[in-house]
Amino acid sequence: MHELSLIQNLMEIVNESAAENDITQVHKVKLVIGESHGALPDALDFAFQILTENTICAGAVLEVEKKPVIIKCKDCNAEFKPEGISYRCTACSSMNVKQISGRELYIDYYEGD
Amino acid sequence: MKVIMEKDLLRANTDQAEQNRELFNKNNVSVINMISSPGSGKTTLLEKSADSLRDYNIGVVVGDLYTARDAERIEKAGLHAVQVNTEGMCHLNSSMVARAVKELPLEQLDLLFIENVGNLVCPVNFDLGEHTRVAVLSITEGIDKPSKYPGIFRDAGTTVINKIDLLPHLDFDLDTCINEIKQINTGTNIFVTSTTTKEGLDEWCSWLKSITKGNGQEA
Repeated sequence: MHELSLIQNLMEIVNESAAENDITQVHKVKLVIGESHGALPDALDFAFQILTENTICAGAVLEVEKKPVIIKCKDCNAEFKPEGISYRCTACSSMNVKQISGRELYIDYYEGD
Repeated sequence: MKVIMEKDLLRANTDQAEQNRELFNKNNVSVINMISSPGSGKTTLLEKSADSLRDYNIGVVVGDLYTARDAERIEKAGLHAVQVNTEGMCHLNSSMVARAVKELPLEQLDLLFIENVGNLVCPVNFDLGEHTRVAVLSITEGIDKPSKYPGIFRDAGTTVINKIDLLPHLDFDLDTCINEIKQINTGTNIFVTSTTTKEGLDEWCSWLKSITKGNGQEA
């Protein structure tokens, strides 16, 4: 996946917000990422270490929370984790479903002084 | 100090994609984002479709890491082409597309193809402002691609199974492949094509013609 560009986006957002809040050192960034994105925590961490060098985020901890893929059936309202590749409802076999979790990709919060 | 953000990392891309879509709608051009592995035959499919679509004005934005070879081929086929070189990046994003379409006579176009960088993973997460997505799978890639990379097949309104003329030479069960794609996405439109024998090209081109009316929103 494109972990480097995701972390680049993350840095831009955090830098901008830190400047607005007079924060000069960031200690922690919490990222929430759905499993649909297939981003690897190790690769995110690696990109974060590299890209934060000599920035206000240098030395900060990147915490990654993964959200599982959860599907909701629009016919019987069952919520389930899909088995394998098919999102077919595990309760009633309907394909009239929508994904309600697993597509997240956002910065939850960051901490700094 | 803790700063709560809940800020989407792809927001900048999504916002630009919405602007692209508005621009496309204003110009009444239907836009297709084509996603596949490298070498699936996207460019050849467009070259071979050009003849059947000669009554339409068609533009193509071609994404590749390097070279302008695909855009040159497409221009030779009589379509308007712009090459975007991502210089290593694994996907097109919406601002690259916004820049590229400035080079095209959008107001004259009926249909715009965005030929994404050959990659079944990364392009899926980047909305470019398209109206629909087409996944192209060539049968030489093997039958397991939809199961291994379900993301694109789940998102694609249409899937093209290409290079079908090679079927006698390969251990590839077409029915099983179609069934797997349907398991991932029951609603997807499937075309089975060969640019060598022209099999399936009429159906594919008829569908393209059908979505030029009404900005492709049926998909």
